[in-house]
Amino acid sequence: MSGAMSAASDVIIVGGGLMGSSAALFLRGHGISVTLLEADLIGRQASGTNFGNVRRQGRGIHQLPLANRAIAIWRRSRELLGADVEYLQSGHIRVCYRERPELVGSMEEYAAQARAEGLDLELLSGNALRDKFPFFGPDVLAGSYSPTDGHANPRLAAPAFARAAERLGAMIHENTKIVDAQKVGEDFIVTAADGRTFRAPTLLITAGAWGNALSSQFGEPVPIVPRGPNMSVTEPVPYAILPAVGVMTPIEEETVYFRQVARGNIVLGGSTRGPSFPDQYRAYVEPQNTLSQLKQIRRLAPSLGKLNIIRVWSGIEGYMPDSQPVMGPSATTSGLYYAFGFSGSGFQIGPGVGETMAEIIAKGGTDIPMGPYQIERFAAG
Amino acid sequence: MAEPRIIIVGAGPSGTRAAQACVAAGLRPIVIDEARRDGGQIYRRQPDNFTRPYAKLYGTEAGRAQVLHETFDGLKGAIDYRPETLVWNIAGGHVWTASGTVQKAMPFDALLLCTGATDRLMPVKGWQFAGAYSLGGAQVALKSQAVSIGHKVVLMGSGPLLYLVASQYVEAGADVAAVLDTSPFSARVKALPDLLAMPSVLWNGVALTRALKRAGVAVHLGVTPVEIMGDAESGVSGIRFRTGSGKEETVRCDAVAIGHHLRPETQLADLARCAFTFDAGTRQWLPERDGDGRSSVAGVYLAGDGAKILGARSAEASGRLAALAALADLGLPVDKGEMTSLRGDVANYAKFARGLARAFPWPSAQAAVLPDDAILCRCEGVTAGDLRGVMRETGAQEANRAKAFSRVGMGRCQGRYCGLAAAELIAAESGVPIEQVGRLRGQAPVKPLPIAIGDET
Ligand SMILES: Cc1cc2nc3c(=O)[nH]c(=O)nc-3n(C[C@H](O)[C@H](O)[C@H](O)COP(=O)(O)OP(=O)(O)OC[C@H]3O[C@@H](n4cnc5c(N)ncnc54)[C@H](O)[C@@H]3O)c2cc1C
Ligand SMILES: Cc1cc2nc3c(=O)[nH]c(=O)nc-3n(C[C@H](O)[C@H](O)[C@H](O)COP(=O)(O)OP(=O)(O)OC[C@H]3O[C@@H](n4cnc5c(N)ncnc54)[C@H](O)[C@@H]3O)c2cc1C
Repeated sequence: MSGAMSAASDVIIVGGGLMGSSAALFLRGHGISVTLLEADLIGRQASGTNFGNVRRQGRGIHQLPLANRAIAIWRRSRELLGADVEYLQSGHIRVCYRERPELVGSMEEYAAQARAEGLDLELLSGNALRDKFPFFGPDVLAGSYSPTDGHANPRLAAPAFARAAERLGAMIHENTKIVDAQKVGEDFIVTAADGRTFRAPTLLITAGAWGNALSSQFGEPVPIVPRGPNMSVTEPVPYAILPAVGVMTPIEEETVYFRQVARGNIVLGGSTRGPSFPDQYRAYVEPQNTLSQLKQIRRLAPSLGKLNIIRVWSGIEGYMPDSQPVMGPSATTSGLYYAFGFSGSGFQIGPGVGETMAEIIAKGGTDIPMGPYQIERFAAG
Repeated sequence: MAEPRIIIVGAGPSGTRAAQACVAAGLRPIVIDEARRDGGQIYRRQPDNFTRPYAKLYGTEAGRAQVLHETFDGLKGAIDYRPETLVWNIAGGHVWTASGTVQKAMPFDALLLCTGATDRLMPVKGWQFAGAYSLGGAQVALKSQAVSIGHKVVLMGSGPLLYLVASQYVEAGADVAAVLDTSPFSARVKALPDLLAMPSVLWNGVALTRALKRAGVAVHLGVTPVEIMGDAESGVSGIRFRTGSGKEETVRCDAVAIGHHLRPETQLADLARCAFTFDAGTRQWLPERDGDGRSSVAGVYLAGDGAKILGARSAEASGRLAALAALADLGLPVDKGEMTSLRGDVANYAKFARGLARAFPWPSAQAAVLPDDAILCRCEGVTAGDLRGVMRETGAQEANRAKAFSRVGMGRCQGRYCGLAAAELIAAESGVPIEQVGRLRGQAPVKPLPIAIGDET
């Protein structure tokens, strides 16, 4: 297909997860023409396979302004998207175990800092928690309750953003894997595996765990590691657990979480992450990780031990060494922007990332603090 | 070298014959089956305290059933048999099992998947009511518990099991109100040349239909099911259907069993990452295998109805053949002449099975016209209209994509019972060929797994 005419627009977005889809929608809101290119189908990778936590608490304090921006979008998602993405503001609880009493102090400190950023958290003792939420096991020492956090359905979210963007005129090409990206004169020219080319003066890379393959083409490699967190889901049981629940712990194996969807199924996540295979666009759940997850879930909420899981899955997520995404302008190439490597916690902030990146591209800046996300932090030397 | 570790999943006819071949080669295979007793589906053994004679339980197949059971009993000291044990995942060269809440991972050098089949179902409006069963389920009730699914029973669908279950119910003294076959007589005539590959089995089938006639059971051919009547409280009350000539009729009953022949249990092959191809004859995706049962994954072998629906006799032959192939691949001596003759047997059974598929075709067009208010996925309570609506809104045209957006196939049966019909509906609705709709990816656990699972204490 060499010589194929290149399609032109103001902005090309490479990667149609939640970041790319929401950026496309908000760029259209600024009246900017957008072409969104997705190697697979919209929202089928990390954005479609994640746990669905729409949680602010537990994020780095510096991330809360972005998270607050996102929560405002989640709250009006139904009107904004013309679709129900099953967003429920039903609360989130983070707990710690008896054997780590020092974490209660960390929770208190975090709550004080979060309050200054507009996030109100209520600290509860283990017994107070068990009174309110009887599913917690005896190992739970204390918890931090965030009534304004919640959860949503990841399978629906990114595609709904993309459809809304498309209705506003965004051009979306699925099954379009970009293998080459260069700046030629004033324009970026990106080339798909089948030879089609696309051209625009601005390029936004939202390629998730695959981001490094593209940033490297502009001399900015990053040490991203693809891994697959494990998910399971139970058969439906009567809807009784409103908040999403997670464990605060320094030990990866202990980091489990769960939430119940309105239909009744309980989604379980966390514990040891598995390897993933970005080249195949697949991540596989290792059985031993399912078993360790179930063991940790029994510790957190022993009564769930009476249920069965009916399905497990994983997804490919890109982790940065400091757990912060790469977000903002390129340091080598003008007109080039990045938003990838969300390190296991990009779902909640996703719509806020899209809105912020659109703002930066449209207006040249944002009030959201972007310092921690600069790609320069990985520059050699 | 240490003795090669062979694991056989399934203790039906194919698993039993595979185990026998391994024992004859001086090995001690592990045989895993989730059922309480050996025998598999067709030769399912009755609970220990039941004493019905073979002729009563297995009819024309009594002799084969008895031989197979005796073969298995004779192997017991020589194999590591693990009944009531579910293989819920295959990964990293291990099978992952659950016996109740006790888990175990077992390594293998060769893995033989002899997992058998389940009913292939075409949804009918009302199939979620209490009193609606699958044909296989109706047979299991009779075989293992000696109970009928209702007082007045209708059997509906197509395939050999339709007539077999009908005659077993008549023989057990049940009131069979009607047998409603969606396949037309003309299909049977066209299939005759292939069906003649196994004259005795064909004859058994003819004898079954005659026996039903003699018993005064109404048998309608070429019907189109309209609705299973009833309500959520009191369950099934009757069946509405159109006859071959287009007349609408109603039969009263309090239970119905439906099924359109069978579909292989391929989830484990999928988890073992075997490659699949679309089989146009049966409109199903099947794991690839060579003539001996080797899958696309080294060390993984497929046999019996779990690889392709070829029937119980073929299952015995293909089970043995796959075991011999595994032994040969492990460098053990095998009788090449016997392998050649087994290949011939399997080919003949395949010819007969092709005849069955032609005689009792899957009524794919029914999925296309399934009314919007009919439940398509029972586990998740998704209607045909829900799926059509999701397709219109999202443009989804691929099975897993439609599942992600609509929940069709996302429930506890993992699409075993709705997946094939859902694919037909998607194909019809979007105008894409069925093979492009693809297949639901297998996901562990293949059956529900207790959260309480852990190591033996
Ligand atoms: C199992 C799991 C559980 C998680 N749980 C949570 C949670 O509960 N809460 C939370 O906040 N976060 C969670 N996360 C993280 C969150 O899902 C991600 O951070 C977020 O979805 C990232 O969105 P994204 O758009 O950057 O990436 P993705 O959704 O992966 O999208 C990137 C897209 O880019 C495409 N692409 C890549 N390369 C190219 C190319 N060369 N050309 C064209 N397209 C390309 C990919 O196909 C992909 O669709 C979880 C992640 C996983 C995997
Ligand atoms: C309900 C039903 C009734 C049938 N009745 C008849 C009949 O009456 N006459 C007839 O000719 N044909 C019948 N068939 C067809 C018949 O099943 C096959 O022709 C024959 O049984 C195939 O033998 P097999 O060894 O391939 O599989 P099967 O006999 O089905 O044996 C498979 C075995 O594998 C085990 N298994 C499967 N998956 C797992 C797992 N994940 N973990 C552990 N164990 C597992 C099962 O418990 C089962 O015992 C029936 C099929 C079904 C589904």
